[in-house]
Amino acid sequence: MIDKKNKKIRIGSGAGYSGDRIEPALQLAKKGELDYLVFECLAERTIALAQQRKSLNPKMGYDPLLEERMYMCLPACIQNGVKIITNMGAANPVSAMEKVIEVAKNLGLKKLKVAAITGDEVLTFVQKNDYELLETKKTMSSLGNSIISANAYIGASAAVEALENGADIVITGRFSDPSLFIAPLVYEFSWSFNDYELLGKGTILGHLMECGGHITGGYFADPGYKDVPDLANLGFPIAEVTSQGSFTISKLPNAGGMVTTATCKEQLLYEIHDPKNYLTPDVIADFSEVTFKEVEKNKIEVIGGKGKEKTGKLKVSIGYEDGFIGEGQISYGGPGAIERAQLAISILKTRISTYLPEVKEVRFDCIGQNSLYGNTKLDINPYEIRVRVAARTSTRKEAIKIGNEVEALYTNGPAGGGGVFKNVQKVVAIQSILIKETLVQPEVHYKSL
Amino acid sequence: MKLREIAHSRTGDKGNIANISVVAYHDKDYSLLLKEVTVEKVKKHFSEVVKGEIIRYELPNISALNFVLYDALGGGVTRSLALDKHGKSLGGHLMDMSIKTK
Repeated sequence: MIDKKNKKIRIGSGAGYSGDRIEPALQLAKKGELDYLVFECLAERTIALAQQRKSLNPKMGYDPLLEERMYMCLPACIQNGVKIITNMGAANPVSAMEKVIEVAKNLGLKKLKVAAITGDEVLTFVQKNDYELLETKKTMSSLGNSIISANAYIGASAAVEALENGADIVITGRFSDPSLFIAPLVYEFSWSFNDYELLGKGTILGHLMECGGHITGGYFADPGYKDVPDLANLGFPIAEVTSQGSFTISKLPNAGGMVTTATCKEQLLYEIHDPKNYLTPDVIADFSEVTFKEVEKNKIEVIGGKGKEKTGKLKVSIGYEDGFIGEGQISYGGPGAIERAQLAISILKTRISTYLPEVKEVRFDCIGQNSLYGNTKLDINPYEIRVRVAARTSTRKEAIKIGNEVEALYTNGPAGGGGVFKNVQKVVAIQSILIKETLVQPEVHYKSL
Repeated sequence: MKLREIAHSRTGDKGNIANISVVAYHDKDYSLLLKEVTVEKVKKHFSEVVKGEIIRYELPNISALNFVLYDALGGGVTRSLALDKHGKSLGGHLMDMSIKTK
């Protein structure tokens, strides 16, 4: 029997978002001496968009890069005994599972067991109850019939069950991001779901790892202040964990990027609010006593994570259709660029208020001057400036007219406008509710080669 | 002196709420962050952008502050009309804040 107390588990992060680079994941699968490779690919809104793809084709609705990722990474994972855990199932984990089996067959693999976890989809249920939306404090009925999806962030236990039943690959839909990393730890070390101290440490590990290259120097560089080597070949992180939940973060020696106490600190606070109370379906993690120690170059030990009992509530993302955004952009350059840009905006304001009365909300920017921070700094005089208008409309037809008004500045606006860009976007927005965890019953499906 | 000289930062988003970390390069400067990077100053610094409340969390364990900015993303990432819907660039502006060293 393997000595569980002394063994260490190595988990790699294979993606920080749906469209992330694939070759760093392949490098980890080949050379990372991993036990698990986790692909976190599901942002807040991704699943609502996936739900729309599924409604057009019931076989779709999983991550668009699933197939490519599997073709690239599966052979090395199988060869090296690396199990995969991913939320690339998005709105359709079962079809994703079938696709992975198909890919494995095409690759000539002989033996593979894939699990798909469903049950996060709770639309029918929550529509029967008029829950309060956390963002607006109004109830769900305020969104009328525009709701298209409702997915609960579920905890690690269903993935643990899949691993216990011998799954090589576990595919989920909406799943708490750090819980993707907790599942293998609970399974490997027989952690209890009542041991909140360990689950807290596991959650901090998951939080640090879930954004892929964010902790290896991606999204960190600021030349002259924070220099990062070889970002074009950024390596993704590896966590090496003990049964007591202590762990280090590192990367492959030849990969680009760096792991330092500074990259770890930035990522620890990324997208968190109260550091003492980081809520997940499994635990309330406490980041407030975490410290980082460099044990060797590019290897950081993470100390001091804690946790306390979970809330018993699950967050549910409600996806709803919210009209359209029409957008147009045009550039002005040379002396007087800003004056001509401002003239263009005043023309657009008049045109929109006169001819497009249905526009609900409109915003004008001078990119290069005030698009990011409003009128914080007006004492700058850029040599080139890009006018942008974005407007919210009820219909696509109306949204198209926004870009067309910008384009018409070519013949009706100030001198020298160039490089028009037009765009129309159907808006799928997200709000959230909380429901009791006992109302959600995850189910695990299996398919084997 | 600009905040950028002693601290670095990353910005994240959840719905219509942004958070900006301010991490001291050197532990010795944490007390300066505590004293100089106050909620009032941050509110003033972002008066053009942030419409709601601002909360500051203190993390002496890593010599860092975490600012949570409510109603900061033009209605939220998924429906905002802004160019930078996530507000990812907010931290860059915070680094431009002037601080007194004495």
